[in-house]
Amino acid sequence: VKRPRVADYPLVALALLLSAFGIAMVYSAGQTDVPTIVAGMWKRQLIWLGVGVLAAYFASRASSRLLDWMATPVFVGTCIVLLLLLFIGTGSGPAARTRSWLAIGGVKLGQPAELAKIAVVLMLAKVFAARKEAPKSLLDLWQPALVVGVPWLFIMAQPDLGTGLVFIGIFFAMLFWSGASWQLLVLVASPALSLVLAFGTPQLWGAWFLLFFALVLWYKPYVAEGVFIVVMNVVMGVVAPVAWEKLDPFQQRRFLAFLDPSADPQRAGYQLLQSQVAIGSGGWLGKGFTEGTQKRLAFLPERHTDFIFPVVGEELGFLGVTIALALFLVLFLRSVRVAARATHPFASLVAFGLVSIWFVHVLVNVGMTMNLMPIAGIPLPFFSYGGSFMLACWIAVGIEGRLSVEGRGKADMLAI
Amino acid sequence: VNFQPNEVQRRARIASALLFLTFLFLAGSFFRTQILQHARYVLRSEFNRLREVPIPAARGIVYDRHGAIIAENIPGYTVSLFSPGPDSLREALRRLAGTIALPDDQIDAVVRRFRRNQNRPAVIFDDAPFTVVSVLEEHRVEFPGLIIQPTPKRFYPDGPVVAALSGYTGEINESELDSRTFAGYKPGQQVGKSGVEREYESRLHGREGVRFVEVDSRGRVVREAGARQDLPPVSAPPLHTNVDLDLQRFIVGLFGDSLVGGAVALEPGSGAVLALHSAPSFDPNRFIGSIPVDYWRALNSDPRKPLYNKALQGKYPPGSTWKLATAVIALETKVATLDDRMSVPCMGGYQYGNRWFRCHKKEGHGSLTLAQAIEQSCDAYFYQLGLKIGLTNLVAGGVSLGAGARTEIDLPSEMRSDFPTVPATAYFNRVAGPRGWSQGGEALNLAIGQGRNAQTVLNMARFYTALATDGAAARPRVARGPPVRERLFRLDSAQLAGLRAALAGVVSRGTAAASRIEGLLLAGKTGTAQNAQDPARDHAWFVGFAPANDPKIVVAVMLEFGGHGTRAARIASKIIAHYLKAAPRQLLSTEGDG
Repeated sequence: VKRPRVADYPLVALALLLSAFGIAMVYSAGQTDVPTIVAGMWKRQLIWLGVGVLAAYFASRASSRLLDWMATPVFVGTCIVLLLLLFIGTGSGPAARTRSWLAIGGVKLGQPAELAKIAVVLMLAKVFAARKEAPKSLLDLWQPALVVGVPWLFIMAQPDLGTGLVFIGIFFAMLFWSGASWQLLVLVASPALSLVLAFGTPQLWGAWFLLFFALVLWYKPYVAEGVFIVVMNVVMGVVAPVAWEKLDPFQQRRFLAFLDPSADPQRAGYQLLQSQVAIGSGGWLGKGFTEGTQKRLAFLPERHTDFIFPVVGEELGFLGVTIALALFLVLFLRSVRVAARATHPFASLVAFGLVSIWFVHVLVNVGMTMNLMPIAGIPLPFFSYGGSFMLACWIAVGIEGRLSVEGRGKADMLAI
Repeated sequence: VNFQPNEVQRRARIASALLFLTFLFLAGSFFRTQILQHARYVLRSEFNRLREVPIPAARGIVYDRHGAIIAENIPGYTVSLFSPGPDSLREALRRLAGTIALPDDQIDAVVRRFRRNQNRPAVIFDDAPFTVVSVLEEHRVEFPGLIIQPTPKRFYPDGPVVAALSGYTGEINESELDSRTFAGYKPGQQVGKSGVEREYESRLHGREGVRFVEVDSRGRVVREAGARQDLPPVSAPPLHTNVDLDLQRFIVGLFGDSLVGGAVALEPGSGAVLALHSAPSFDPNRFIGSIPVDYWRALNSDPRKPLYNKALQGKYPPGSTWKLATAVIALETKVATLDDRMSVPCMGGYQYGNRWFRCHKKEGHGSLTLAQAIEQSCDAYFYQLGLKIGLTNLVAGGVSLGAGARTEIDLPSEMRSDFPTVPATAYFNRVAGPRGWSQGGEALNLAIGQGRNAQTVLNMARFYTALATDGAAARPRVARGPPVRERLFRLDSAQLAGLRAALAGVVSRGTAAASRIEGLLLAGKTGTAQNAQDPARDHAWFVGFAPANDPKIVVAVMLEFGGHGTRAARIASKIIAHYLKAAPRQLLSTEGDG
């Protein structure tokens, strides 16, 4: 009888490497010529890492059955906390007007939204796994939509556009992993796509609408659903822009400011430029650890949180960037493998949902620093300074590790 | 859910492939930014972090012909401030105003200056007094962008004595920055504003050095040295001039505080400017940095116009000093020789048409030769000579003598002398109307240096250098350099000698006899010019040279409303005597002059 492995060591090693890399960058981000409060933050981040590893250990003690059992109460509790947050939440830093922080007696405990992501993944997995077949129609999706929609609404009301975006990413990733056809994915995504295209290039929206209409005819959903989805697309593609135009510019600004309180086009443009200057001036090998001038001289904003990746680019160059990206890729591929090796749908969906959280964060954060993505203000896993997210990431590592151990197949240490 | 193992494997492959492609795309875009566009972003990041602190070069030292200093540099301080933008600069200046005196209009000026080049520190004081510097040094920590830079500062040891020649320097202004002449200049730099400083700006300027300091995103200076290799300033080479500072000082002393006018001393053969003065003068040292407002107002409100160069810019009717020009034209056109007499002897005037043109000597000179007429400055003779030459030739001859031109001296803002242009008829029709003039009347006036003729002091001096030599005039030159000579007229050596003898006669026996110099043959011509501004007070002229037989110096002196030309002659003779180290003889009696 083979003794079961106690942990997925490569997975843990990858997460530890990324965390070490990240804390080194938080340390470097604090090394400025005019010292700021950031200088000491790496120590706090180190403590959070310790807390995170401990949490991961406890998470890895929970079997997938326990997780399945816990999913509903955890989700309901999370929703209640998020709802409460709208009344008692406080802001922090540049987003001082938002209500994303849970504080008791003036002491900021953390951002519940980070842990809510895991709760949503667990609940979504439970809802999807309860079905015998893969979702085929829009009607099949009402439960998952509710699971994501409720906390999403609470989070958008904080408001926290970035985290809201992550929830949508999780939803699509898990819909895909549950076996939904690509046509259904496109249909679900179509109203949002229509909205983006209509505000971007209206001509492209026209082309898209024809294509979409052909897809609807081919996929043959229920008539009511088909009509509903087409109407939604028309509303998003035609009515929304017209309604937007009708709005007073003052109201438009109010609305945009509501969606993203830290939005300031001039400031955002400056941040993006400085971010690209930092990355671009790094070259092959960078300016040397802690030596980045963009960072040292404070040209780079938010260099310990959202814009920490440009510090990697500036100080460690293309080599450092490639190593960081490669570590992430290997971690993700291995996690996908965990999902593929899971013995039952719930475990598999949880494993895939957790990796989708990381993936959306990395893609949006890194893409943002290169001006490939809008500034959504979401942190980079294992790198950005922030306790709640570090904790959430390590709980996810613990769950992934446990699911990996539970999975079928041989104890393949090195395969990804 | 569909969890067929094959289905799951298929989805895992799709997910892995998507992951792989996404990261490949990310890595690719990093490659593009970090490797392919590296140079652009490095430049941008250097631009971000480095600020240039200009290190002004020492301007070239200006020497006189014997190596005495006309303009040099002494240590001074500039105070400037780094700032990320105009608004924060204004804010910082307001705070600074709490420490040192900084009026609002100066703050505005500093911000305006800064807007033009935001990568340089905004200059607050070009020439900070030591008290300000020491106060600022004390408060340095409170103003992290503050730069106190030792800067060479222009100094003219003789101050007002050399002002008419040296000019002055000052901060480059907005219109100069926009002009092509000052392409490449930057706000806050000192440039020559007038005189030699302006004319030889490109030679005297030197090359500005640059010190690089590192600043952070808020414009605070983080590192003052070693951020990058500094570019040392390159001092300009010295400028050697023809000026005789000793003579210049002597002339200024002669003018004192009371006399108003201009004086020029030239070396006849080379055109070297030995001295050039405009009285009253101003102190160029007070123009350095910024001109004190009250001083500027005083200069501008002074009716004697100290900033107006009376040797280069002032135009005055030349009066009798012009008779030599008339004589030269007569000789050149062969209308008369030096021994010719006019048909009507002088009886205190000359009747032309129905009008009596007076000679300055009421009792009359009687019958004179041309040489004697020059000596006695007989107006009646020159009236007739003018009529004989005719207006057309008088104008054409005057033009070829350079009467309506600039001397092209190497000093800026020289004015063109006023004189009719060729063809004369068209000119007079234009300026006086076809019925407003007559050939004879204009010829009579022009012949004695009146009428439509106003010369700069320098232009008269230039004409006399031709008389003092061989009929060619050298372009007046302040800076040392090879002479550029231009022939004004062609007379044989006997005629030239005759003219010089007649001019010498003016001083030994004629109108300027009071200005004789013992042991020295002085040649020259007085002039007492009527002027429209104040008919009661004439301008006093003397233009002459010495020694008459071998001229070493040409002097032109003009005293604004100075009365009789003999006053100018006395000053000129002292100048010449000083230069040639001979003593003028004091005589009290003088004769009249027209």
